[in-house]
Amino acid sequence: MLGKLTWAAIPFDQPIPLLAGAVVLVAILAVLVWVVVKGHLPYLWHEWITSVDHKRIGVMYVLLASVMLLRGFSDALMMRAQQAVAFHSPGFLPPEHYNQIFSAHGTIMIFFVAMPFVIGLMNLVVPLQLGVRDVAFPTLNSVGFWLTATGALLVNVSLVVGEFARTGWLPYPPLSEMTYSPGVGVDYYLWSLEISGVGTLVAGVNLVTTVLKIRTKGMNYLRMPMFCWTTLASNLLIIAAFPILTATLAMLILDRYLGFHFFTNEAGGNMMMFMNLIWAWGHPEVYILVLPAFGIFSEVVSTFSGKPLFGYRSMVLATMAICILSFMVWLHHFFTMGAGADVNAIFGIASMIIAVPTGVKIYNWLFTMYGGRIRFDTPMLWSIGFMVTFILGGLTGVLLAVPPADFLLHNSLFLIAHFHNVIIGGVLFGAFAGYTYWFPKAFGFKLHEGLGKAAFWFWLVGFYVAFFPLYAVGFLGMTRRMQHYDVPEWRPWLMAASVGAVLILIGIIFQIAQLVVSIRDREELRDHTGDPWDGRSLEWATSSPPPVFNFAVLPDVSGEDAYWAQKVRAKQEASAEEPHYEAIEMPRNSPTGFVCAFFATITGFALIWHIWWMVIAGLIGAFATFVVFAWRDHDEYEIPAEEVARIDQANISERRDMISAAGSV
Amino acid sequence: MSVTTMTPDLHQAQGLEVTDNPGPAPKRIVTGYGFWIFILSDMVMFSCFFAAFAVLSGETAGGPHGAELFNLKNVAIETGCLLLSSFTCGMASIAADLRNRFWFQVAMAVTCALGLAFLWIEFHEFADLVARGAGPSRSAFLSAFFTLVGCHGLHVSAGVLWLLTMMAQVFAKGFRADIQRRILCFALFWHALDIIWVAVFSVVYLLGSGA
Amino acid sequence: MTDVHHSHNPVDLAPGDEDEGRIGPRLIGYVVGLGLALLLTATSFFVAGTDLVWQPSIPVAIIVLAIAQMGVHLVFFLHITTGADNTNNVLALAFGIMIVVLVIGGTLWIMANLNHNMLPMDQIMRMQR
Repeated sequence: MLGKLTWAAIPFDQPIPLLAGAVVLVAILAVLVWVVVKGHLPYLWHEWITSVDHKRIGVMYVLLASVMLLRGFSDALMMRAQQAVAFHSPGFLPPEHYNQIFSAHGTIMIFFVAMPFVIGLMNLVVPLQLGVRDVAFPTLNSVGFWLTATGALLVNVSLVVGEFARTGWLPYPPLSEMTYSPGVGVDYYLWSLEISGVGTLVAGVNLVTTVLKIRTKGMNYLRMPMFCWTTLASNLLIIAAFPILTATLAMLILDRYLGFHFFTNEAGGNMMMFMNLIWAWGHPEVYILVLPAFGIFSEVVSTFSGKPLFGYRSMVLATMAICILSFMVWLHHFFTMGAGADVNAIFGIASMIIAVPTGVKIYNWLFTMYGGRIRFDTPMLWSIGFMVTFILGGLTGVLLAVPPADFLLHNSLFLIAHFHNVIIGGVLFGAFAGYTYWFPKAFGFKLHEGLGKAAFWFWLVGFYVAFFPLYAVGFLGMTRRMQHYDVPEWRPWLMAASVGAVLILIGIIFQIAQLVVSIRDREELRDHTGDPWDGRSLEWATSSPPPVFNFAVLPDVSGEDAYWAQKVRAKQEASAEEPHYEAIEMPRNSPTGFVCAFFATITGFALIWHIWWMVIAGLIGAFATFVVFAWRDHDEYEIPAEEVARIDQANISERRDMISAAGSV
Repeated sequence: MSVTTMTPDLHQAQGLEVTDNPGPAPKRIVTGYGFWIFILSDMVMFSCFFAAFAVLSGETAGGPHGAELFNLKNVAIETGCLLLSSFTCGMASIAADLRNRFWFQVAMAVTCALGLAFLWIEFHEFADLVARGAGPSRSAFLSAFFTLVGCHGLHVSAGVLWLLTMMAQVFAKGFRADIQRRILCFALFWHALDIIWVAVFSVVYLLGSGA
Repeated sequence: MTDVHHSHNPVDLAPGDEDEGRIGPRLIGYVVGLGLALLLTATSFFVAGTDLVWQPSIPVAIIVLAIAQMGVHLVFFLHITTGADNTNNVLALAFGIMIVVLVIGGTLWIMANLNHNMLPMDQIMRMQR
């Protein structure tokens, strides 16, 4: 009846996951009870869970990423603590648990922190920057988010029901085959990524179509803000790369569930094909993450330097070049696994070439700052911190791209230091810059500056203290994923790294404090103008937070830096003619995404535990959801012109009051 | 939704762009384009299965080769079914554009029948192979074969299911604009499956039985 | 966002939609497409089974015929053309084809190289015993 699921699945003998699971469960229950008792449930359901508004969905993505960041970071703390004490001793984490922790840490940080964070920011900002009212497929957008959340949920369920994979963040066969990993851990990994992968693909299709087909009048390709370009490139990579992940994991699923022989040792299977295919997805994936971050830095650097972005067209070219080149370098992840000198040399050279467009971008940001009146607000600090850190990470990457050097450094802690250097220094700093920069747009008030700066400095210093020792200990020969060790030379470096992790923890605590304090002091931090940073692109042309329809009248664009041009023109003319308002049609909210994800959760869980009747029930439910969605008669509602006029006039007058008040001081 | 004003952009004298973006595209173009991109991503997924098949096609582990297993006559009939169904699907598109319910339902029903015939033959081929001890767990070659051809078959099954819901939608609601858009997407999907099948019968069956 | 069916927007066309609005030419398009597809398929099947041509040329011929037939399907069934209204659709297709070529070509090249340099798996397993 319940397949492989028995009471033995709950790890009563392992206190750490059980305690952590209990705490999380209690926290979730407490929040639920609070929501129900306070009567917030209808609001939550109508305004958020069923929302198809791209801004709301973007916020929910970022919220999911933030929560999962806490989960992934607690894994990191445990690993640092284990390696700090496990010198000539087994430490406090038994090997099978330690292996689950590093696997979960990588999986969560890439798929459920970095991905939703950047997709959330793209969702929130891109339609506003393009000057339009919504994305191309609002309901699908909600489906995509909820499927991502399903994947995250399944990974966390594995904490208390069963186990997670012990095979690393990419489950290399033959270790991940049934012969060597008979438990449900790898199945948790596989199904949560298959489900969230569909969600990511949906988000990619949606955003590519939005950028290419839904732009306001006059918003030509070469007038789009840089963030829209990097969104386009990143989502093109999603639609090209995620099917590869889906197919590769499907092959592993067939191996495990139906006895196929894709990657097995027997019957002609070839495990190297897994390395090949998974990295054909895996390398574009890192650019999927970092390209949006590049876009965020372009926006931030230009705004806080008070100058247009230097070399806009070269930036566009560099972005698209990275988009193509990132598909031609995947072998450098397995230089040491048997390819000949010719293949290694070609992929090594290709990997070095991809550093060139990235270098172009760095110079463009530096030249944008050059001669500008730079304001060192928190988003700008993250950007400058990024530039320094990312250059170092990029250089160690070029070092690893040299095959002979890679034979020494492959799978050592040097590699670990390198990719944390580019993912934390690039993606995460970018996400934090974007979070601080666009927070007032999403919620109508700024984040507390002082606490933000404190968080930044702890993160920055903590990062260097945590990861630069790992470069050294990598040179000393320490390989990744070690549960214990007995080389005395490594110990001081690992102690230093754990101090760095604590510094980062303090940074995270400051970020939480910043959020709490900012919500408390929201009236003082209120953004009345809709343009708190003196911005240049169209998201600042509307109020904060924007009305559901974003723009009462779609803006007409005639050049780069559209909003900046508007502001300049407004100062010269100093006359505001009355806009002509029309009724606006907006998509209706729909529970399709949530219901669909509910059935996906059931199906995924049933597949993991081999509960076949539940699989069939879940699939039928999902199909029925789509038929019901297809059957509805009214997919849009109309906001009358008077209502649009009222909202817009209120915004305009508030904005005028603010400007005149500022002028009289 | 025609563009009447096509003013040359004076700011862009370099000549990279001639016309200004007219604003958000009509829904039919947006939906069609989004689905087109999805189909391309599906093609990428198939390319992985093709690549796996190409790599593993020689790994028979002492088991049977393709030449001993494939019945080209069946494959030819399957191909005929799919090609004709693509044609009738095109007829359904024309009927939908003309808002002719009768011919739409007829063309869709024929498409459905041809799709089911294809699935019937494929199912029997698979059942026959498994009965002869040449199932997917026999060798890596057969794993790749069953996965590639089966993945296409699953797509056709999903297509048939979708086709039936389209017939029901037109029956219940008529040619509403959103239903017309879905018909456009369905036609794209069905024709794309045909393109995949061309690759399948060429690479898997024809090359496979020759080697 | 209005929804006008078959709008003759000079800048853009949905993939799968035709420039041509009249039924006659559209019907003929599908008939010609079906005829060409059947012809190419028949040729493929014939070439695969024949011993009339030089044997090593057969795989090449089958691949060429398959690519030609995919082109026929794209033009006559999916109505992807080189017209200005189809630019975006063709660009997306080109991107997709590039990725497909990179994935298949790269995989074949890399895997052939790995197989050439490494012992087959069963021999490695035997050595470990």
